[in-house]
Amino acid sequence: MPDDLNWAIGGEAGDGIDSTGKIFAQALSRAGRHVFTSKDFASRIRGGYTAYKIRSSVDRVESVVDRLDILVALTERTIDENLDELHEGSVIIYDGERTEMEDVEVPEGMIGLSVPLQRLAEEAGGAIMQNIVALGAACEVTNFPIENLDSALEKKFGAKGESIVENNKEAARKGQEFVDEEYDHEFDYDLETTDSDYVLLNGDQAIGMGAIAAGCRFYAGYPITPATDVMEYLTGRIEQFGGEVVQAEDELSAINMALGAARAGARSMTATSGPGIDLMTETFGLVATSETPLVIADVMRSGPSTGMPTKQEQGDLNMTLYGGHGEIPRFVVAPTNVAECFHKTVEAFNLAEKYQTPVFLLADLSMAVTEQTFEPETFDMDAVEIDRGKVVDEDEVEAWTDEKGRFQPHFSTADGVSPRAFPGTTDGAHMSTGLEHNSLGRRTEDTDVRVEQVDKRNRKVETAREEEDWEPREFGDPDSDNLVISWGSNEGAMREALEFLDEDGVDVRFLSVPYIFPRPDLGDEIEAADEVIVVECNATGQFADLLEHDALTRVKRVNKYNGVRFKADELANEIKESLQTEEVTA
Amino acid sequence: MSSDVRFTDFKSDKQPTWCPGCGDFGTMNGMMKALANTGNDPDNTFVVAGIGCSGKIGTYMHSYALHGVHGRALPVGTGVKLANPDLEVMVAGGDGDGYSIGAGHFIHAVRRNVDMTYVVMDNRIYGLTKGQASPTSREDFETSTTPEGPKQPPVNPLALALSAGGSFIAQSFSTDAQRHTEIVQKAIEHDGFGFVNVFSPCVTFNDVDTYDYFRDSIVDLADEDYDPTDREAAKEKILDADKEYQGILYQNEESVPYSDLHGLDSNMADIPDGAPEGAMDLVREFY
Repeated sequence: MPDDLNWAIGGEAGDGIDSTGKIFAQALSRAGRHVFTSKDFASRIRGGYTAYKIRSSVDRVESVVDRLDILVALTERTIDENLDELHEGSVIIYDGERTEMEDVEVPEGMIGLSVPLQRLAEEAGGAIMQNIVALGAACEVTNFPIENLDSALEKKFGAKGESIVENNKEAARKGQEFVDEEYDHEFDYDLETTDSDYVLLNGDQAIGMGAIAAGCRFYAGYPITPATDVMEYLTGRIEQFGGEVVQAEDELSAINMALGAARAGARSMTATSGPGIDLMTETFGLVATSETPLVIADVMRSGPSTGMPTKQEQGDLNMTLYGGHGEIPRFVVAPTNVAECFHKTVEAFNLAEKYQTPVFLLADLSMAVTEQTFEPETFDMDAVEIDRGKVVDEDEVEAWTDEKGRFQPHFSTADGVSPRAFPGTTDGAHMSTGLEHNSLGRRTEDTDVRVEQVDKRNRKVETAREEEDWEPREFGDPDSDNLVISWGSNEGAMREALEFLDEDGVDVRFLSVPYIFPRPDLGDEIEAADEVIVVECNATGQFADLLEHDALTRVKRVNKYNGVRFKADELANEIKESLQTEEVTA
Repeated sequence: MSSDVRFTDFKSDKQPTWCPGCGDFGTMNGMMKALANTGNDPDNTFVVAGIGCSGKIGTYMHSYALHGVHGRALPVGTGVKLANPDLEVMVAGGDGDGYSIGAGHFIHAVRRNVDMTYVVMDNRIYGLTKGQASPTSREDFETSTTPEGPKQPPVNPLALALSAGGSFIAQSFSTDAQRHTEIVQKAIEHDGFGFVNVFSPCVTFNDVDTYDYFRDSIVDLADEDYDPTDREAAKEKILDADKEYQGILYQNEESVPYSDLHGLDSNMADIPDGAPEGAMDLVREFY
């Protein structure tokens, strides 16, 4: 019996795949099991193959693997799509009474459970509950106490009334009983439950939650996959804390609204994905030059152009690092897992205000839509610290005025950070502009002032480089000669890959880097290793390029760009192969 | 806010670099007077401008101000006002800024009805780039980029505003100081998005839409028996392509600004030192 369970439901978009998957994930989470989910979905509302996958274990799970133990197949295509992950003994639950499923051929060696999902759902009160019948069947196969499913159903349907909840529970029971009565097969599963209390959330939600925790009050955005969940999370919640979400007419508007709110003193953010970040690029320079604190999240998806909107990629690194004309001081922070989406968002707001710069929060699709379990204390709100930087009130303004009594919002300080007076502050009135300006914020073409202000703004980055902690997260064998480096959401798969590699006798030191700019100096680590492999979900190795530049050396690269995230076992194989190849070709 | 504010308090010590005789001088003076007359002072006022001759206004006025990128002034103003409802927000733009590159934002700002004032300095030409056609240029107006005229009808900004559900739509003439000031003042006092298109002649590049032209052709609605709350009457005036009107073309007295509809009344700059009270509930939601 495997230690962990890999379960999936698949069918056509519009079949309720997503909500059914979430209900089961929540049932597992409420039973004290860890959960890691992933989605295969197409960029359409109805039709097209879609699946929701769950990996669950009593131990933490950080990744998906190439294995599927139980598959609820609402369409025949679902089986074909997952053939390479199904194995001998895999259980396939399908409705053999439906005409389109009656000729389904269960692959050899697998266990096909034909369960009349639709008929049983109708008996329980409505065909719409057919997926819930399948969940009940899955409970029986896995020997998972169905009461946990009841609890998830109560949460999901509680608001719709008692009878809806009861009907759903009944539907689940029918699925369970059918399998119990019709199949005398002994299944190998015995899903252990624990007393642990977990919360279950995805990266986009964690970003939204982090924003509210950090005091963000204003969000402007434009819907785009996969960043929209950030906006949907904040809508209805941020208002409870005196804030507002505005759905702008386009991304240009969104970033400029967010800039306006930030200029007025609010903690403010926008989030988008590839094509949207392109549109926002115009304003990056204005944010930086006017020294306005702003958090800009880019939840990456496959590009370029509209690419594959529902697929994974880490292709926008260069965009956030270099996007915009001229030279723009900025920070680029890349959370490495769902929980870090929360923590790095809080950090992004502090960095933005302390250094009065744009901060790019670089997340990606596979993290954004992945639901994962955490102990609630992972999101310790008491530990959230808010640093608003050099905000001056009316008593402090005078210290920053010139000989004519004018406030100097761009005064050239030693650390490069200027005083900031929120609008409304008496005697603080001043101009901000994207034009080069003097300490008063007024336009200038004076070459000396230009140099002074450019240096001042760049000095902020140098100050931050000194003052903040940009260290990577370290895993694996610290003494290994094999060094693997990755950034963003690859951390989870890589951590599990370490275990596979260890079983195969391959030791690896793994550095997961959450900061792109500034980033840790990995020169010594790279120098000390015999083999250096950089893992990322793009074709060209954008982060590897940076590291080669930093360390003046060549590194090996493991890249994946078919639109799917790394899987732990696959990654372990790739790394083994990479270690066996000779030189890195130039 | 103090009661003894004079309009000159809104003047910065920077001398404008607009061409001598430019309509923008009068437009800006009227804005400053209107701000002072409505009891505002530089410390509670936020002026947003885009690019072009109009965009320079933030430099010549004394207030909190942001001079942004071309066409995006309205979204910036929206963010400022929603974040701090206590601020008096005035957005200034030109006809290119507002009706060309920023046309999309204009329509949506109108229908969003945030309580701010939008003053467009309409000179029917691109001035700072030295004389190209603008969206309000006449169909046969010859310029460096349209030697035979744009051959397309000009944008009617008042009609755009009306069709988008505008709650305050007005037009003024920069050199008619008293009326212009009065109209901008009404726009400031309006609960919602106060839009004023100002004829602000370009003395260097536009020899058609001149001071003399406007002086001769303007019809002041104050001289007529006109009811600005009558939307049908407004439609008729606004679609009358043969006349240049001055005055409040349309005002919806029932207008409820965005902030009121959305219950926004606090300054979003005020936040606690740590996560807000009740933040742990956000985590518990995910059980």
